[in-house]
Amino acid sequence: MEAQLWLLLDSALALLLLALGWACMASPDLRRGVVLFIAFGMVLALVWARLRAPDLALAEAVIGAGLTGALLLSALRDQPDPEATGVAGRDWFGWLVGPATLVLAGVIGWALFYALIHNPTEGQAGAIAQALPQSGVSNPVTAVLLNFRAYDTLLELAVLLCAVLGVLALGPARPAYRPAGPMLGVLLRWLLPLLIVTAGYLLWVGAQAPGGAFQAGSLLAAAAVLLRLGGYPTAGLPGPVARPWLLVAGVAAFLAVGLGTALSGAAFLQYPAGWSGGLILLIEAAATLSIGVTLGLAFFGGRPEPDCPSGNPAKESRPC
Amino acid sequence: MTEALGVMAVVAGVAFFLAGSIGLLRLPDLLSRLHALTKADNLGLGLLALGVGLLDGRLLTGVKLFLIWLLVLAGSAVSTHLIARQALRQERG
Repeated sequence: MEAQLWLLLDSALALLLLALGWACMASPDLRRGVVLFIAFGMVLALVWARLRAPDLALAEAVIGAGLTGALLLSALRDQPDPEATGVAGRDWFGWLVGPATLVLAGVIGWALFYALIHNPTEGQAGAIAQALPQSGVSNPVTAVLLNFRAYDTLLELAVLLCAVLGVLALGPARPAYRPAGPMLGVLLRWLLPLLIVTAGYLLWVGAQAPGGAFQAGSLLAAAAVLLRLGGYPTAGLPGPVARPWLLVAGVAAFLAVGLGTALSGAAFLQYPAGWSGGLILLIEAAATLSIGVTLGLAFFGGRPEPDCPSGNPAKESRPC
Repeated sequence: MTEALGVMAVVAGVAFFLAGSIGLLRLPDLLSRLHALTKADNLGLGLLALGVGLLDGRLLTGVKLFLIWLLVLAGSAVSTHLIARQALRQERG
């Protein structure tokens, strides 16, 4: 009985996900499409939770639905007429995207099916569980991301760094938002300390439970997005002097640790026994700050003006 | 006994969510839709949190759920206020 109820819920979630994805892509109105995309992200987070992947569920809720949704909405703000820029005027590239995505989805689906048929239970889970005691952390996801496959995560951080360089190269940021009134101000005074404390908690707890640098950094970025929306032009992000240092902190800490281990005779990023936990926390702390500033700057959509007085809501909608 | 209470609270919460969703779809204008949505959802989420807390039985879970409910209350009150104020401004031109 209970198993059947879960099956019903899972089927409903899967169908809802497909329906939302289709509605999001087919919507002729961009604004409606973005709102549907946010709903799609929330349902996808629920699906990850049902698949017992709470790390992915957290990341999808914060980054996929929350931050990406905010980025898309702020990009819409620059569109002169949301209704006029639907799917009507597609060029040959637009028509190519659909079939190409279908082929890609088919290949990935086939690979997953093949892996499940030929190796239904084992995969790499056994090897990871066996090596977990030496990894320095007890959360297998963090162990993979920051120890067994630390290379991947280093390169992911480098990709983020390249992306934010692109954002900064776009020129001055979009104009600041008008102050949203006293109610939002009160909420922000409540919410911001909570967001920062929760980010610290997620960073710390990532060692033994779902959490980690990406989720924590995204929460910091969410705090910046809220401040920006509340009319604070600098959104609490660091000024032009500290900004570059914070942007490269994650990659720099990673490289420093890697070079240190390489110079001491081990392989690149092969942590010495007993040091793993501390080194992972060091890298993750630096990465959290970098990810927070990077994603916060992405919401600006350009280089923030250096002479904005920090902490004062913009008087007008003009760029300060 | 506790379990029965918990199930009852969850069922009542779901009923509130259903009423709020029907109100969102059926009511004629933005302000009454907001009214239906927030009243029903806030109460619905409170009842859901109460029910799940009772079903779980641990005090710590209950406290966490209560705090989450408070956060959602504050967030939904402010966002509804902002939406309604923007709508009023647009009405006035």
